[in-house]
Amino acid sequence: MKTIRFLLQKEFIQILRNRTMLPLIILMPFIQLIILVNAATFDMKNIDIYVVDQDLSSTSRGLVDKFEASPFYHLEGRSFNVEDGREDLLTNEAEMILNIPEGFERDLRRKNQASLQLLINAINGNAAGLIQAYSNHIISGYNQHIAVEWTQGVAAQKQQPLEVVYSYWYNPEMNYKIYMVPGILVILVTIISLFLTAMNIVREKEMGTIEQINVTPIKKYQFIIGKLLPFLIIALFELAFGLLLGRLIFDVPIVGSLWVLFGVTVVYLLVILGFGLFLSEISDSQQQVMFVTFFFMLVFILMSGIFTPTESMPDWANKVNVINPIAYLMRIIRMILLKGSGFADIWQEFYSLLIYAFLSLGLAVWRYRKTA
Amino acid sequence: MITARNMVKKFGHFIANDHLTFQVRKGEIFGFLGANGAGKTTAMRILCGLSAPTSGEISVAGYNVYRQKEKIKRSIGYMSQKFSLYEDLTVRENFRFYGGIYGLPRKRIRERTAYLLEKLNFSHAIDKKIAQIPLGWKQKLAFSIAIIHSPRIVFLDEPTSGVDPITRRQFWEMIYETASREVTVFVTTHYMDEAEYCNRVSIMDQGRIEALDTPARLKEKYQAANMNQVFVQIAR
Amino acid sequence: MKRFFGFVRKEFIHIFRDKRTLLILFGMPIAQILIFGYVVTNEIKEARIAIYDKSKDAVTHEITDKLLSSDYFRLAKTIEDEQQIEATFEKGDVKEVIVFESDFDEKLHHEQSAQVQILLDATDANMANLLQSYTSGIINDYSRHIKVSSGNMPAIKPKPRMLFNNELKGVYMFVPGTMALILMLVTAMMTSISITREKEMGTMEVLLVSPLKSVQIIAGKVMPYVALAFLNGVAILALGYLVFDMPVHGNVVLLLGETLLYIIMALSLGIFISTVSPTQQVAMFISMFALMLPTMLLSGFIFPIENMPWPLQWLSTIIPAKYFIILIKHIMIKGTGFVFVWKETLVLLGMTAIFIGLSIKNFKIRLE
Repeated sequence: MKTIRFLLQKEFIQILRNRTMLPLIILMPFIQLIILVNAATFDMKNIDIYVVDQDLSSTSRGLVDKFEASPFYHLEGRSFNVEDGREDLLTNEAEMILNIPEGFERDLRRKNQASLQLLINAINGNAAGLIQAYSNHIISGYNQHIAVEWTQGVAAQKQQPLEVVYSYWYNPEMNYKIYMVPGILVILVTIISLFLTAMNIVREKEMGTIEQINVTPIKKYQFIIGKLLPFLIIALFELAFGLLLGRLIFDVPIVGSLWVLFGVTVVYLLVILGFGLFLSEISDSQQQVMFVTFFFMLVFILMSGIFTPTESMPDWANKVNVINPIAYLMRIIRMILLKGSGFADIWQEFYSLLIYAFLSLGLAVWRYRKTA
Repeated sequence: MITARNMVKKFGHFIANDHLTFQVRKGEIFGFLGANGAGKTTAMRILCGLSAPTSGEISVAGYNVYRQKEKIKRSIGYMSQKFSLYEDLTVRENFRFYGGIYGLPRKRIRERTAYLLEKLNFSHAIDKKIAQIPLGWKQKLAFSIAIIHSPRIVFLDEPTSGVDPITRRQFWEMIYETASREVTVFVTTHYMDEAEYCNRVSIMDQGRIEALDTPARLKEKYQAANMNQVFVQIAR
Repeated sequence: MKRFFGFVRKEFIHIFRDKRTLLILFGMPIAQILIFGYVVTNEIKEARIAIYDKSKDAVTHEITDKLLSSDYFRLAKTIEDEQQIEATFEKGDVKEVIVFESDFDEKLHHEQSAQVQILLDATDANMANLLQSYTSGIINDYSRHIKVSSGNMPAIKPKPRMLFNNELKGVYMFVPGTMALILMLVTAMMTSISITREKEMGTMEVLLVSPLKSVQIIAGKVMPYVALAFLNGVAILALGYLVFDMPVHGNVVLLLGETLLYIIMALSLGIFISTVSPTQQVAMFISMFALMLPTMLLSGFIFPIENMPWPLQWLSTIIPAKYFIILIKHIMIKGTGFVFVWKETLVLLGMTAIFIGLSIKNFKIRLE
């Protein structure tokens, strides 16, 4: 125990004394949190549209007004020629062309039916889908509007036989940010703890100080604990501070128990730290360990369900996610913070992580050789 | 204190140590000489428990290097060829850290630090960071740290490479002083003048020990004026 | 010149000897493309829903069948009482609960109206939005089907056309994005770290006193990474083209030229980072936080820049990957020529010049 204290003291002095790393460790994650949460949004607003109104009737103008009045759209330009709009689409100045053909109002009056064209830049398939959905929404609203106007209110009586009502639980304002904050927090905590541990031992190897430690009678487990604890503490501190920021700046609800959250996070961090140490032990240079770590990170982050739900992933991906620690915490942290899930809801994940932690730490202890 | 019989270390097909046999007595200064790549460092790493031998009967401080590695580590000090103090820690912090992982009580660490720095005449720089200290002093500090836990044997791997003649001289005075207190010193070097300071030397070439005796007798045997000539004859 | 090539060869040998890094260097783009191609998708497929049917009659069964026979939903749970709903959400098994009111069939026939309630776990707002619209869509369809006759109502029918990407495929986003990310990381991160390493180990001084000019030293160090990054870029393009049917409508030479320009830009950025980092650890951290996450999130790779608040839109203008992604999309998907991308090309050139200028300035200060 005493030996571990000396190790810890040394690690902390080194970390706190490092004038370049310390600000990076402390500030970077929070700047990132604030920026990235704002960046990571699918909320659509100010979609640039280009209007080609070849009809110029009161009906077509009414529809264009509806688009203009919507907070989702911004009128980028208008003309009578679709080609002008296409030009804007090519240069990315507009995302959609609303093309109302000549005779639009006449068709609508005579045949009760008229069509118009939506030309959408679909390179980003997700965004295009949403743009189309919003447009359909406006158009069907306008449909209703003219139906009432033209039939003097008769149509309004004709209600739908099946009434669909919906309610959004846990997040009635549909705030995407409160979903992203916990996710990005997980990523930041993971990056910090994984990279710092992974680089730590390799650094001592490169500097030659590891030799000096290896000739001392220090026990394997003492060494491992001495190397793990500082980063565990730093990571937990970052999580706490990140949650505070999330609460203050982004209004992230903290519905569930923080004790459960921190308990799970400790276990999770043991998995990550053990893994980091293991990588560090099998690598010869900081460059190499950084690259290997980076590879696993990228794969695990993308598959963790941070941006897209794991439910949409194919079966094999979900099988891979069984060994993806980030996926566990990603799921748990959102459940606890946003829905108030308790330990009873997450015990399965918790025990999986616990087993994982034993494996990963075991691997780290086993692979740490005092003898080359 | 150290006994090796037919010590062999192979890396694949490369034989780094080819049946080395030697004994080092208590309080002796034992020089391990040889050109670069002769196998000196490999042998030393085995004796320190940093590397496992391929075969041979070896014991250090009465312990077996195969089974009692951790017991050996308690009885030895080691100063590696690569510089081994933490650059970003102060002198005091380096002493405290290494003393701590050898399990010394805090009081004892303070006493030893004060004593060793006193002898070096370096007490004034106790709170300086290692990075700000010149190389010669760093080497002397590294040696002091290698003996902070009062080991019975201390291994020095080319301790004086790259330092000026005056510092080398002072360094050897430290070695003598240490040996005078019944501590065995096992030192590798490629400075032949330093070999003269050793009680006995062994000269290695291509993994084998080619000669082992006191400097005086070696000079006599090879009819040389100094150790340098002895070495050149053997290595040729 | 001969000395210079000798030096370049040494650097290549260094890299090729490190099998693990090499494996990852080429494994990474492949893994990433596959993950983006198959895993990272917002599509709804077999979403797990629960149904709380208080009525259990012919109509509710029919609606349930309609919902489940679509590919979108899969019944994960049948709920029998009100309390279970919250517990189910908290367990996180299902994202949506559909509630049919009691006496559904009867109300529909006598009062001409019955209510379906859709409860959504909106912690993931986008997912909830999509689920809601899919479910409402199916139920409304059914509703229209049982409606006696719709009468003569005026209707405007929008005819959407998805330009450049008919099937709304994800490749169009992730191939350019992955290229931007990987090339940036391989070049900027690897060069900054390998140069800082020489500094940290003290070997840089040895090189500096050699007869090689410092420009030659830096060029020699980064040359292998240019080659590797370029190979990587080509591999990503080939994968996108062969496996995911990514079109290449524009000029291939222009495409490869711009790729090379981007690599050189990333390289100068890497050199710049190495001149400001005292240790490898710092270089790694700067690369990690200042390059990886912003390249992923602020470049328009995953999230459209237009949706971001204006400070971030402004910030995104200094993210090189943004311009590269625009370029690549123009050339590959829209098939436009140099006339449409000269502005972006100029920006990348300008960035390269700035980074090289700054590096030289820093380097000189250090030598004095």
